[in-house]
Formats: sequence, C-alpha cells, structure tokens
Amino acid sequence: MSVMDQETHVTPDGRTIGGVLMEMRNISLRFGGVKAITDISFDIREGEIRAIIGPNGAGKSSMLNVVSGFYIPQEGEVWYKGSVRPQMRPFEVARQGIARTFQNIALFEGMSVLDNVMTGRLNHMTTGLLSQAIWKGKAEQEEIENREVAEKIIDFLEIQHIRKTPVSRLPYGLKKRVELARALVAQPSLLLLDEPMAGMNVEEKEDMSRFILDVNDEFGTTIALIEHDMGVVMDLSDRVVVMDYGKKIGDGTPDEVRNNQAVIDAYLGVAHD
Amino acid sequence: MGNPSQAVGGLVSIPALLQRNAREFGSKAAYREKQFGIWQCWTWAEAEKEVEALALGLINLGVNEGDFIAIIGRNRPHFYWSMVAAQSVGAIPVPLYQDSAAEEMAYVLEHCGARFAVVDDQEQVDKVIEVQERLHQFEHMIYVDPRGLRKYDHKALHEFAKVQEQGRAARDEFIQELKDRREKPTFDDQCVMLYTSGTTGKPKGVVLSNRNIIRSAQNASEFDHLGPGDEVLAYLPMAWVGDFIFSIGQAYWTGFCVNCPESPETMMTDLREIGPTYYFAPPRVFETQLTNVMIRMEDAGALKYALFHHFMDFARSGAGEKYGMPKRSLAKPDLKRRVKQAWKFSMGVGFALETLIENAIRLFFVKLRHPINTREHFKATDPLGLYLYPEPLRSYFKYRMGEVLVYGPLKNTLGLSRVRVGYTAGEAIGPEIFDFYRSLGINLKQLYGQTEASVFITVQPDGEVRADTVGVPAPEVEIKITEEGRILYRSPGTFVEYYKNPESTADTKDADGWVDTGDAGFFEEGTGHLRIIDRAKDVGKMAGGAMFAPKYVENKLKFYPDILEAVLFGNGHDYCVAFINIDLSAVGNWAERNNIGYSSYQELAGHPRVLATIQEHVEAVNRSVAEDPMLSGCQIHRFVVLHKELDADDGEMTRTRKVRRAFVADKFNDIVEALYDGSETVSTVTEVTYEDGRKGTIKATLEIRDAKVVPVEPQKAAAE
Repeated sequence: MSVMDQETHVTPDGRTIGGVLMEMRNISLRFGGVKAITDISFDIREGEIRAIIGPNGAGKSSMLNVVSGFYIPQEGEVWYKGSVRPQMRPFEVARQGIARTFQNIALFEGMSVLDNVMTGRLNHMTTGLLSQAIWKGKAEQEEIENREVAEKIIDFLEIQHIRKTPVSRLPYGLKKRVELARALVAQPSLLLLDEPMAGMNVEEKEDMSRFILDVNDEFGTTIALIEHDMGVVMDLSDRVVVMDYGKKIGDGTPDEVRNNQAVIDAYLGVAHD
Repeated sequence: MGNPSQAVGGLVSIPALLQRNAREFGSKAAYREKQFGIWQCWTWAEAEKEVEALALGLINLGVNEGDFIAIIGRNRPHFYWSMVAAQSVGAIPVPLYQDSAAEEMAYVLEHCGARFAVVDDQEQVDKVIEVQERLHQFEHMIYVDPRGLRKYDHKALHEFAKVQEQGRAARDEFIQELKDRREKPTFDDQCVMLYTSGTTGKPKGVVLSNRNIIRSAQNASEFDHLGPGDEVLAYLPMAWVGDFIFSIGQAYWTGFCVNCPESPETMMTDLREIGPTYYFAPPRVFETQLTNVMIRMEDAGALKYALFHHFMDFARSGAGEKYGMPKRSLAKPDLKRRVKQAWKFSMGVGFALETLIENAIRLFFVKLRHPINTREHFKATDPLGLYLYPEPLRSYFKYRMGEVLVYGPLKNTLGLSRVRVGYTAGEAIGPEIFDFYRSLGINLKQLYGQTEASVFITVQPDGEVRADTVGVPAPEVEIKITEEGRILYRSPGTFVEYYKNPESTADTKDADGWVDTGDAGFFEEGTGHLRIIDRAKDVGKMAGGAMFAPKYVENKLKFYPDILEAVLFGNGHDYCVAFINIDLSAVGNWAERNNIGYSSYQELAGHPRVLATIQEHVEAVNRSVAEDPMLSGCQIHRFVVLHKELDADDGEMTRTRKVRRAFVADKFNDIVEALYDGSETVSTVTEVTYEDGRKGTIKATLEIRDAKVVPVEPQKAAAE
C-alpha cells in the first residue's frame, strides 16, 4: 500500500489521483436481524476508479446504497469532501454531486433518449415551474445551456443515432449506455455504477469498459463500481475492495487483491464454519 | 490530350473556384455538418477562411509543392477543406477509405509516399502509427477529433484546430507564398490522386488533372441543370471518385451546399432533415431502403397496407413515369413558376370539386327515379367519382391523390421529397427497385462510369430512363465498341496516368487517349443507348461452348430482397453453380414473423425453410435466364447458401462492395469442388477478420441443394 498512502500521485498511464474524496468509517448496516454490512471502512480518492467486488449476497449493492445515501447505516460515518455527511435524502445526495446507474435499468421507458438524458440535468435547473411552463427568457436560456451539456455527452457516448428513439425500443446494451449518459450529464464528482456490465455480451462489455475509462480520463470523474466480471474489474480499476458475507476481506490494487488468500478462498469456496 | 476544351475565365483549379465562390456566393451555405444535434453551417466566405488558415498551417508545418497528403476520415467539412488546402499549397490530396485495415493503408501510404496525413480520430491515428515504421518518408499527422489522444506523443501529431491557429498567427509571414503557390497550377496539373478499389490485385493510384475534374463536373452540372440552390448529402466514402466529383468538383463549380451527416448511423435521419435535391447512392442503399419499407408495410395496419399496395400498383403501371416526374425546374422556383404552380393547383381543386358536385346531382336524380335500388343504377367506383373523367385526366387525378396519401409521405420518410436528380451507379440496379423509386416520382437515373473517366461515361437524359441500359454518352465523351465487344471511351475526364505504373497506364490507355473500360457491351439499335453485358474478363465460355456471363445471373438473384449477394461459377465447366448470401434484415424479419428462432447469421442461413425459399428464387431465376437464348446455359444447377457474409475486411469484396471473384473462388475452393462433385453437404472452416483486425475461424457444415433447370434445346452451331 506504499503508493496509495501518498496524497496525490500520477498513475503509470498518466492520470492524476488526488486526495480522499469519500471515506467510509466503520459502517454497519442491519435489516432487522440480518447483518448486511459489518464494520467496513474504506476510502475513495479523487480521480480513481474504485471497484467493489464479492460473491453473490456479499453486500455490495447495500454498500453502494449507503454511499449513495439511499440506506442509512446504523453505525459508522460517511465522510464526503472532508466532513461528515449528515443524514440526507437521496435527492440531497444527488445535489452534492453523486450520480449513479442501476443494476436493473431504471430509465423512463416511454420517453425518448434525449428526454431521459435531460432529466439528469434537473439538479442544475434553477428556474421555477411557472417560468418553465411559459418558457421565455431565463428558462429558455437555461434549457439551451443544459441541452448543450446533454448533447456533448450524447456525442461522447456515441448515441446520436437513437437521440429521438423511445427508450423502450432500445436493446439492453444501449439502455445501459443511456443510463450512463443520464448519470454523466449531472456532471457528478462521484459516479456510482451498479453492475454496468451485467448481462452484456463480450463486444458490449468492451464498449462499456472503453466508455468508463474515457469518462474517467476526459472528465476526471471519480468512479466507484460494482462488477461481477473479474477480468473487467482487474483491467479497469485502480483499487479494489473485496467483500464477503458483509465483511471486508481485502483492499488494494488488483494485483494485491488477486494474491490475497482470503479473496481466493472466498471466490473458490472454502467451507465456512 | 485530343480535346481542345479550355478553362472558363481562368478557373483552372479547385482553389481558384473557391476564390470565385467566396466572392460570388459569399453569404450562401457551402458546408453543413450536424454536431451536437444542431446543423452547423459554414458559408463560402467562411469556408474560404478555414481553408486559408489550414493552408497557411500546412506551409508552416513544411508542406512542399508536389507532396502527397493522405486524407483519412468519414465525410466531414474538415476533410473537404483539407483537400482544397492541400491543393492551395501545391500538394496533392490522396483520400483513403477510412474503414481500411492498417495493412491496406500502409500499401497506399507507401506507394504514394505521403509525408503528411489528415485523419479523423484516435482509431485512424492508431492505424497509421501501427504501420508508421515502414513509411520512411512519413512525417506529420493532423487529427480532427482530439478525444483520447491527449496522452499521445505530440512530436509528429497535431490537432487540426491548432494547425489552423498557427496558420492564422503566421498569416503575414506566409500569405504571399500561399498566393504564389495558389496561382501556379495550370489546367493540366494534378488535382487529386484516387486509388481504385482493386477488384483484382493491388489498388492503383489514378492521377486526375484539374482539367479532368473541372470539365467533367462542368459538363455533368450543365447536363442536369444543377445550380447554387442545390443540396447534397455527402455520405459516400471520400476515397471514391464519385464523392470527389459531387462534393468537390460539382459543388465548387456550381456553388451548391454539401451536407455532412452526424455519424454514419444517423445517415437516414440526416437525409430526412436535409432533403437533398441532388442525390447519389449505390444500388445497395436503394435496396436496403426498399427492403425496410416493405418490412414495415408488412407490419402496418390493414387500411395502410391496402392503400399502399393499391396506389403503388397504380403508380407502377406507368402513371408515375407519366405524371410524377419533377419538372426541370430550379431548386428555388421564381415568381413566374410559383404563379403557374398555384394556377395548376387551383385548377386541380376546381376540377375535383366540380366532379364531386356533379356526382351528387346525378345521384340525386338517380335516387328520384329508382328510390329502392339506387346503387344498382348508380355505380361510383371510387369516392371522388374520378371515373367520370376521360382517361388521361382520371389517371392524373388519381396520381395526385396518391401523392397526397402515399407517395408524398413515403418520399418524406425516405428523405427523398426534394430530389430532382438522383443517380445510382457502381452496380446494376434491379428493375423492380428502379421502377419503385421512379413510380414514386423520384427522378432516379443510372450512369455508367469509372475512376479513370472522372466518373462520367454514359448518363441517362431526363425522359429516356430505363432500367436495362446505362444511357447515352455523357457530354464530350466519345465511345467506341471494339470487335470483341469491349467498350472504349475518350473524354476530357480521361485520367492522366496510373501513379508509378507506366505498364498499366499503357495497357489501359492508348496513344490517342482511348481508354479500355474492361467491360463488354453494345449500343442498342434505334435508341443509341449503351447496354453493358459484364466485365469482359468475367465473360467466359462453358465446357459446352455456351456463353458464361455471371453478372447477368447474379443481378437477377440479387433483385430478390432475401438475397444480398450471389457469386456464380461455371467458366469452363459443364454447368453453373452459385454461392448465395442471404440478407439478414429481410430474412430475419421473415423469420420473426414465422416464429423461426435463430441466434446467428450462420444458423439462419442454414435453416431448411430459408433454403427452400432461396431454392424457389433460384428456380425462378433459371426460368427467366432460360428465356434468353444466348445465356440459357447459365442456369444454376446447384447452389449453396454461405455461412458468412462476404466482407471487405476478409478481402472477399472491395471497399466499394464489389465481389472479388477470383479471391472468393480461391478461398472457398473446397465448397466449389463440393458443388461440382455431387456431394450433399460440405464441411468447411473459414477464417474471418473482425473489425479490429483480430482473426477467428467459423466452422460449418453446409447443405448443397439442387435446383430445377429448364431444359434448353441443344446449342446451335452458331454459338461455337
């Protein structure tokens, strides 16, 4: 963990990784009697791609939901941008610059791709309901500015050809990309991806990986992702947290994690007492 | 050159034309490109500024006169500017096919010795870097899209906008030199070098002079009355001569606007938004569009389905040809024409109203006389009562009605509402497809041409358009047919030479400037239209002595929407056999509607019901081939549906999607043998290349089917 202890450093491929953006301190989460997460701590640094992996039911999605503010842990603190994050509702978290995608796509099926992407800009709109309805002056100006941002992302993710297509007509791989677009237009400082590659074929996975790397590279967005595909995780991420049965069993660079005995046991399956 | 034609008013080069356009059409749109969802527009004056900035930047980078500059990218204004900027500084642009593999690019870059390249994005940069070591003379690369390139070594890599910026900054220093270089070229200097797609062997660099391009563009523009108000959509590969003539030659000559699509996938949407008035597409595009229309009509409701077929049948019966064709008018009609159109329109409405009223009055009186069984005595066959009109008027009104209900909306969906002149070339187009578009009232025509002729050899004049000929010689083109039936031509567009290849030049072009097209054909008696039989070298003899003309039969097969590609073999054999590629979108839709599950192209291609359908098509083609006494020997006795699509990445087709016959025969040698030795199935392993250059293999067992042939009378002695 020598490299990781430095405040700011540059990775071999030329990206700058900054200080700690978000830190989880001794998080525990229970649903009634079920312990989903037990005493987990880790941090996410600015500009890095951080992966959370683990077998089924390890508590990865619960962890991500804690990060996104959807679940409130019974114990522990979430530090964000240098201060403890108070309890807040999801939309307040979104305003703080955290955007996410979902494991099972959560788009507005009846709306066009462009409209879906534009919803990601909602937090950046300040004009009131009335002036938006009349759509003159400031509201119009604002719409144009937001549309510009949306179009840049559409161009970036190469979905121009489906701009006006209703989402329900799209294949799965493209829907995932639209969801990513919607998260990106919010211009988040932290982007959470819940299994971005689930259910994709090899080609779609390659495309998605390229987009994730490009997003990180172009916009310097910090990315935390959950993923099942080990090959993808190891290639993409800078650091990996490994969870099993709600506990953290490994944390470090992909190479360190790969050689961690506890991780190997968890994945190959050792009898648990 | 045998032709005395000279430049008009000192317009001897493309940069000179640009100067004139910037002066005369300064505020008129020259280029549009859709970016970030909005059509960005550059006027001729702005385009001139962009080109100048880039040209200065090129001088700044050290481009010398006579250098070659490779242009690799999809159709974007930047690349058109790059070509003209290159010409402005005395260099010669060499556009390349942007979907070529690195290996193919290396050959061309090495052959022309390009020192500079202007490329699109990271993908192209990577490809050039991959082969750069072998290119000793190669120095600088300029890229347009900076995405993903930030971390690359920028010693020899420059961003397009930065080169322009540097050019602008150094304007005072270099402007005089630029002016000198721009004035220098004569009418016979090199304008551009285009590599042929190469159906056989390595591509050849065709050198075209300013005269070739400008005279050809001028003649063709005058032939079709193109003017500065026209619009084209530039979406065909930039390395293809057609795009150079249309999007640079004709655009600069007439001053019309070139529109570039947002991305290759949005082409159809952009086509609809722009609504070009001058349109150019290879038959494949028309085929795909028609297939899509037909697929969607199958899924349409009963009323729409009935309307569509009723009016299409009517239009195909000749009404479209008669009433639908756009008149030879300017893109923007003047006041006089508008008044005339308004008059015609109100006459039409008046006529229709009058008939309706007349109909109602008649009905009233019939009702009085036969109150019980009125309908028996009053038979109105259609709601408008058009049957009351005498024949030409009746059809005219019916066609106009169809225009409102079917043809107009359909043309609008296809993005062809405003097309005044449309061309198809490159391959033969199916008569059904051709008639479909023409009966919609789209003035679609055929032309016959090649790179060596700066496109135009023959064109179809308005009013003399037919599916089976390629028209009359284009203006200033002379054509003669040799005794063996080969077509030779001579024109102001005749190319200068093949670059670094004097033998091929001498083989193709003789001392008097006659060029051998390599095609066999003849002039039709009476009309003077040229008909093409086939590539002269593909026409062969079968073992029995009958003539073998594969293209003729293949085209008949390809006219079925299910069949994408066909390759016929039989030269020197007793009978003909064929490879067939199914069209995945058409057959896939059919499979969906018939509840046939499939997971891949290969599986669908081997489905027994698909094979049965294809067999029906083959047998229908055999019947039609048998009717032609000269070619009845070319009936297909056995065929196989291939397990993979023929593809340019595997070398089976050229980048312009023409089948490389010899290569295919060699690659699938085992299947051809199986077709001739009578076996029922054949197992084969085929190597495929993926888009990123990796290789894989496909294993398949293919079923060989026998098709019924029509027995022909024994060959007459005359066929020997």
